[in-house]
Amino acid sequence: MNRLPYAALLCLPATAAMAQADGPMGYLKTFGPAADPAARLNWGLLIISSLVVIIIGVLVLYAALRKRAPVRLDSRGYPPVQPDSGGTSWIYIGTGISTVVLLGCTIWTIMTLSAVAAPHRQPALMLEIIGHQWWWEVRYHGAGKAQVMTSANELHIPVGEPVHIELASDDVIHSFWVPKLGGKTDVIPGQTNFAWLQADKPGVYRGQCGEFCGAQHAHMALFVVAQERPAFDAWFRAQLADAAAPQSGPAVRGREVFAAHCSVCHTVRGAGAAGRLGPDLTHLMSRGTIASGALPNNTGTLHGWIADAQALKPGVRMPRQDLSPEELHAVVDYLQTLQ
Amino acid sequence: MLTTTDLKRTPQIIEATYESPTAERLEKIWKSEPGLRGWLSTVDHKAIGKRYLITAFAFLVIGGLEALIMRLQLARPEQHLLTPDQYNHLFTMHGLTMIFLYALPILSGFSNFLWPLLLGSRDMAFPRLNAFSYWVYLFSGIFLYLALLHDRTPDAGWFNYVPYTLRSYDPGQGMDIYALGMVLLGISTTVGSSNFVVKLLRMKAPGLSINRVPIIIWGTLTASVGNLFAVPAVSLAFFLLWTDRNFQTHFFDPAHGGHPLLWQHLFWMFGHPWVYAIVLPAMGIVSDGLPIFCRRPLVGYTMVALSTVLTMFIGFGVWVHHMFATGLPPQSLSFFSAASMVIVLPSAVAVFAWIATIFTGRPVYKTPFYFFAGFVFLFTLGGVSGFMTAAVPVDWQLTDTYFVVAHLHYVLLGINFFPVIAGIYMWFPKFTGRMMSERLGKWNFWTMFIGFNLAFFPMHWLGLAGMPRRIYTYPPGMGWDWSNMAASIGSFLFAFGILLFLINVALSLRRGEIAGPNPWDGSSLEWSTPSPPPSFNFVVIPTIATRHPLWEDRLQEGEGGSRLGQGMLLDNGRETISTNALNGEPEAILKMPGDSITPLLATVTLTAMFVGMLYHWWWLVLASVLASVAVCVAWLWPTAALGQTAGEHHG
Repeated sequence: MNRLPYAALLCLPATAAMAQADGPMGYLKTFGPAADPAARLNWGLLIISSLVVIIIGVLVLYAALRKRAPVRLDSRGYPPVQPDSGGTSWIYIGTGISTVVLLGCTIWTIMTLSAVAAPHRQPALMLEIIGHQWWWEVRYHGAGKAQVMTSANELHIPVGEPVHIELASDDVIHSFWVPKLGGKTDVIPGQTNFAWLQADKPGVYRGQCGEFCGAQHAHMALFVVAQERPAFDAWFRAQLADAAAPQSGPAVRGREVFAAHCSVCHTVRGAGAAGRLGPDLTHLMSRGTIASGALPNNTGTLHGWIADAQALKPGVRMPRQDLSPEELHAVVDYLQTLQ
Repeated sequence: MLTTTDLKRTPQIIEATYESPTAERLEKIWKSEPGLRGWLSTVDHKAIGKRYLITAFAFLVIGGLEALIMRLQLARPEQHLLTPDQYNHLFTMHGLTMIFLYALPILSGFSNFLWPLLLGSRDMAFPRLNAFSYWVYLFSGIFLYLALLHDRTPDAGWFNYVPYTLRSYDPGQGMDIYALGMVLLGISTTVGSSNFVVKLLRMKAPGLSINRVPIIIWGTLTASVGNLFAVPAVSLAFFLLWTDRNFQTHFFDPAHGGHPLLWQHLFWMFGHPWVYAIVLPAMGIVSDGLPIFCRRPLVGYTMVALSTVLTMFIGFGVWVHHMFATGLPPQSLSFFSAASMVIVLPSAVAVFAWIATIFTGRPVYKTPFYFFAGFVFLFTLGGVSGFMTAAVPVDWQLTDTYFVVAHLHYVLLGINFFPVIAGIYMWFPKFTGRMMSERLGKWNFWTMFIGFNLAFFPMHWLGLAGMPRRIYTYPPGMGWDWSNMAASIGSFLFAFGILLFLINVALSLRRGEIAGPNPWDGSSLEWSTPSPPPSFNFVVIPTIATRHPLWEDRLQEGEGGSRLGQGMLLDNGRETISTNALNGEPEAILKMPGDSITPLLATVTLTAMFVGMLYHWWWLVLASVLASVAVCVAWLWPTAALGQTAGEHHG
C-alpha cells in the first residue's frame, strides 16, 4: 500500500491550522497583492524544505542503521576497513536533483519578486512614514500639497486600493513591516525608500519595527486600519480638521497645562501647540493605542504615561512630568477631548 | 666564503622509533623549558592549539550564560527580569563572543594542533607568529570584555549598524572598545591565516601532494584564504567607525554626507565569507572523522575538496542577501538571490558524500559517530532554512525575525559546535593520551541533540508567526508564548548537555582509559604518533604515497607505499623539511626558530597601543609603538642556531 497520498491529505488540515494560528504578526495567510505572491512562495519553499529535511533525515537513519552482512570484528571490535567501493552516484543523483529544484525555485523567486516589487496600477493614496526612536510618524497630503495631516503609529487606508508609502528616518535605521500586507522595507536616514501595500479585506493589521533601533525597539508597533472607501474618506476629513478648543470643565485648564508643559514636543493643530519631537496629538483619541502600541489608549494609561513614561517604556524620549495631581487630571481631560 | 653549494646538505635517511636515542635527542632540541617562562614563551603548535581550544571554550561558556539569561527573560511575555538596556548589552555580547571569540578560534585550535601532525612535519610555518596570533586573540577577547568595567558594553548587536552606533546615539565607551577590539582581533586572524596558507604551500611531508591532504586541511586553507580577503573589510569598517566617533570624520553620518549603507556593505562583505570560514573547517572535521567511524574512505574526496573551495568562492558573492530589505533595486537583488541559491549546491555535494559514506560503510557506533550523524541532519535543516531566506520576497518577511535566529543557530551550532564536540571526542586521546567516557558521551549527545532542537526548532515557528529579533520582551496574545517557553526549556537542557561534556572532559583527564597511538584505527598521519605526541612530532620525516597512509595495507592503494618509520633525520637544531606546493617534492631544510617571549611582549605592546587609542592617551600610543619596534628587533635578532649548516654533519 502506498501511504504517501494519505500522509499528504493529513498535511492539509495541518497547514490550514498553521495559517490560522499564526497570530496578528504571522504571514502564512496574507491579505493583499503586495504580500500574497510571497506568501505562496513561502509555503512552497516551506514544503520543499520540510520534504528535504524528512528525506535526508530518513536517509541518514537508514544509512546508519540498515542491516549489514556480518563480518569478523578485529580485537578492538571494529569491522575491517573496506576499500573505496564507489558511492559517488549518491553525489551525482543527489546534487542533480538539488540543481533542478534550486533552478525551479530561483525562477519562481524572480517571478515573485517582479510581481510584488511594485503595484500594477496607479496608487490611490500616497503617504509618508517617518521612523523615530521609538514611534512612527505618518503624514498624509490633503487635496492641495500644502495641506498636510500628521498622525502617529496608526495609518488608515482604503480597502482594495494600492497605497504608496515613502519611508524616511529621523534618526537611526528602522524597518517598516506589516506582515499580513507585505514584507519589510528598511527606513534609512539619508535616503528615501518606498513600500507599497494594499489590503483586500477591512480590518486592523499589526506592524512592528523590523530593524534593531535601540532600547525600545521592542515597543515600536504600528497599526494599519483598512476601511471601505466611504469610511476612509470620512476618517480622512475628520483628521484634516483642527482640534476644537474645550469650552468648559477641567479640560479648559488642561489645555493651559498642555500649552505650558507639552507643546514643546507635541503638536495639536488649532491649539497653537506645534512641537515636532513627539507624536502629533490633534486627534489622539481616534487612535487605539499610545506609546507606539505599547499601551491601550484609555484614561488610566494616559495618566500613567504622562506621570511617568519612563516607568512604562524605559528609555523613551518622553521625560517624566512634574505635574500636580490636579494638573495631571486636567491635562488628561483635555487630551480626551481630542477626538 | 660560503657558497650555496656549500650549504647543500642531503639529510641522512634512517629508521628510528619513538624509543630510539634519536627521539631522545630530538626531545631535547624541541622541548620547551619547564616553568612559567617556558610556558609563556613556547611556540609548540600543540600547546598553542590546546590554548586556543580552552580559551575559545571558555568564551563559549560565557556567551552561553549570557544566552541563558536572555532565555529566562523571554520565557514568558512581558517579563521584567532585565531592563531593555541590559538585554541589548547581553544579546550584543552574546553574539560577538560566540561569533568572534568562540567560533573561529576553536577551529584554529584544532588546526593548530593537527596541521603539522596531519602534514607530517614538526611545527607551523611561523611558530612565533603562531604564538603571537594566539596571544593577540586572548588579549583582544579580554580587551572586549574590559567594557564591563565601564558603564556600557557594546549594545548595538554584533552587526553594529550605523548610525545607531555613532556617538550621537550611543555615547558610551562600549562602542569604541568594540571598534578597536575588532581591529586588534583582525590582526590575530590575519596572522593566523597567513601561517596556515604558507604552511600548506611549503611544508607538507615529502610525497604529500595536495590531492592527498585531509579535508580539514582544505577547509582551514579555504577559510584562511577567505579571511585574508574578508578581514580587511571589517577592520576598515571598524576603524572608520572609530574615527567617526572620535574625530568627526562622517564616513557613516548621513547628516554630513556619509552613508549608513557603506557600513553594511563593508560589514557583510566580511560577514558572509566569515560564516563560511567558521563552518568549512568544521565540515572538514566531519569529512575526515566520519570515514574512520564508517571504516571506509570518504566518498567523493575530490568533489568534497573542490566544493569546499567553491563554497568560499561563491561566498564572496552573496553578502547582499543580508541587505535585501535596504531598498536596493530588484535587478541587483535577483543576482544576489540566485547566487545565494547556487551556494546550496556545493553543500549538497558534501551532504550526499557523507550519507553515501555512512551507507556504504560499516558504522562503529561510538560517540563521535553520533555527533557526526546528528550533524548531517542539523546541517540539512540549517541549510534549507538558509535557502528559504535566499528567496528575496520571502526574505522580506523572514529577515530580522526569529526564523533567522533559528537558521543561524542551526548553522553555527549545528555545523560548528556539533563537529567541534565530535572532534574533541575523537582527538581527545591525541590531545591528552586518554579516552573520554563513552557512556557519558552518549548521554552527552542525546541531551545536547534534544535540548538543541527543543531550543531552536520552535524559533522557526516564532519567525513565521512574526516575532522580530532583538526585542527584550513581547506582548501576550501574539501566538508566541508556548514556543518561547519551549525554547527556554530547551536551551537549559542544551546547556546541561554541555555541562555533561565538561564533566566528561574533567573526569577523563584523570581517569580516562589510556589510549595508545591509534585508538580509533584512524587513517591519517596524526594517528601514527604517540598520544600525546612528543614535542618534535615525528622522529623521522615520513614519506607519503596515499591519502590514507595508515590504511594503505588494507586498501591496496598507492605504489611503493608510504614510509612512516623510515625517513629523513633532521636533528641539527630545530629543523623540518620544506616541499613544493603541489606535489610535495622536498626542496629545502628549514631551520625553525626556538621558543621566545617576544610574541607575548609584542602582544603586550600592541595591546597597550590600543588601550592608548581608546583613552586618547597619545603618549602611551607613542611609547608602545617604540616598544613594539624594539620587540620586533629582539624577535628577529639572528642567532647562530638558525644558520644553515653545510655538509652531512649532525648531532
